[in-house]
Amino acid sequence: MKAFTYQRADSVMQAAAAAIKPGAKIIAGGTNLLDLMKLQVETPSQLIDINRLPLDKIEDTPERGLRIGAMVRNSDLAADPRVRQRYGVLSRALLAGASAQLRNKATTGGNLLQRTRCYYFYDVTKPCNKRSPGSGCTALAGFNRIHAILGTSDHCIATHPSDMAVAMRALDAKVETVNRQGETMVIPIAEFHRLPGTTPEIETSLKPGEIITAVTLPPPPPGVQVYRKVRDRASYAFALVSVAAIVDSTRGRIRSARLAFGGLAHKPWRVAQAEQQLANAPATAATFNTAANAVLEGARGFGGNDFKIPLTRRTLQSVLAEMTRA
Amino acid sequence: MDEHESNTEPSTLEVTRRTVIETGATGLLLTTLPRAVLAAGPVGDNEPSPAKVELQINGHLHSLTLDPRTTLLDALREHLALTGSKKGCDHGQCGACTVLIEGRRINSCLTLAAMHDSQSITTIEGLAWGDDLHPLQAAFVAHDGFQCGYCTSGQICSAVGMLAESQQGMPSYVTEDLTQLAAELSDAEIRERMSGNICRCAAYPNIVAAIKQAAGMPT
Repeated sequence: MKAFTYQRADSVMQAAAAAIKPGAKIIAGGTNLLDLMKLQVETPSQLIDINRLPLDKIEDTPERGLRIGAMVRNSDLAADPRVRQRYGVLSRALLAGASAQLRNKATTGGNLLQRTRCYYFYDVTKPCNKRSPGSGCTALAGFNRIHAILGTSDHCIATHPSDMAVAMRALDAKVETVNRQGETMVIPIAEFHRLPGTTPEIETSLKPGEIITAVTLPPPPPGVQVYRKVRDRASYAFALVSVAAIVDSTRGRIRSARLAFGGLAHKPWRVAQAEQQLANAPATAATFNTAANAVLEGARGFGGNDFKIPLTRRTLQSVLAEMTRA
Repeated sequence: MDEHESNTEPSTLEVTRRTVIETGATGLLLTTLPRAVLAAGPVGDNEPSPAKVELQINGHLHSLTLDPRTTLLDALREHLALTGSKKGCDHGQCGACTVLIEGRRINSCLTLAAMHDSQSITTIEGLAWGDDLHPLQAAFVAHDGFQCGYCTSGQICSAVGMLAESQQGMPSYVTEDLTQLAAELSDAEIRERMSGNICRCAAYPNIVAAIKQAAGMPT
């Protein structure tokens, strides 16, 4: 680990002022950042610890939604009775991720900001445009079994590893931030994470010194909520493909549906056209297949991850069949 | 300043000999020490100032002055000679380093000691009362919940945290009805909730049996 100075922030504004300095990095749960620092993938010269900031509350909003503090631990969010009763897809997604020890430490804000698990991003001896811009992408012609099939670029085919963010995408969450000037900003989660394009090192819309303070959830949409995660082990493994689905249906007919996917792209993936195909449509295999076509529009494998295309289709068909079963 | 010189506790080398004799873990210590020293990495020109940390460990207050890079696990093992918590992967993947902070289980390898100033930490050394084993320790002995024993302290600390979580009604991935606030601890629940602790000897069936006994369930 490279040497760094350690500072504990006493206020959000103090953290924002410190975080704007080059080489400074915020540490929350630290379960991803310290892992990367040990491998010298991350080499901050200063760490700003925000663990003592009062951002650990889950509050009801006037709109009958929830406001989740950035420092709420993943385990506490998953166990909150309001989340379990009204946002089951979020609770399930959180519980599908990592281990209990990690969930006790990992935070809501940190989970959104976790870095990819691409093997080559982790291996400092290999070119990686995300870690070392302009050096190339080893995954394109390397072992790319876990990599993206949608929204990729010639510069990067990494995926975003979060389960939580996939559920939040389906729930139309908003990310609340504060900048160094003390201004509050609200970013729809759809715009928070970015596609790699030519700058895969820029992963979110956050500017230097901008700090996540909360995530807000609007009232839950009508319907059943499911999180289905397909992975190599039954527990404690990242998703190959995951689906956060919210489907409102009755007597074999779908009223409305929301679908967000993990493991497929550099950000949680959602396709409006697929959801339109499902709205007011009969819950049949043909309908599900049409929706899958829309989700997979433009999908491209890179050899090792070709299987993700049929796997995504079958996972979606299975989830929709289960959710609309009379 | 060298990391070990800055330590207000007895120096690592002094402690080592005593610890080796006490624990009989000669091989483990000899292989772990050089790696832990290396783990701090080379000292740069702009050496950061050491961090002062007070840790309440197993009911005792320890004041340490540490290189900020020191993980909680390294502080326990290398600075306080509490070698019961093990370094397996050092990347939060195996669970051998599991300790309880304010009663909650975490991976001590993936957190900095400085982040836990004035917090209460329980390690495997703090579970027994003298010769009276903690019920989970006794159950692991009774059910042979190990072979080589390297993961065991992490398994036991994790199980202590897991049973507390279960009593508080926290759900798991395999909990069928999330709205039911108290889930029954089936074998599947125990296995899912303990999936952050890997056992290379695969003593899993006996670990599950030990946990069930300690939880007062039929085994």
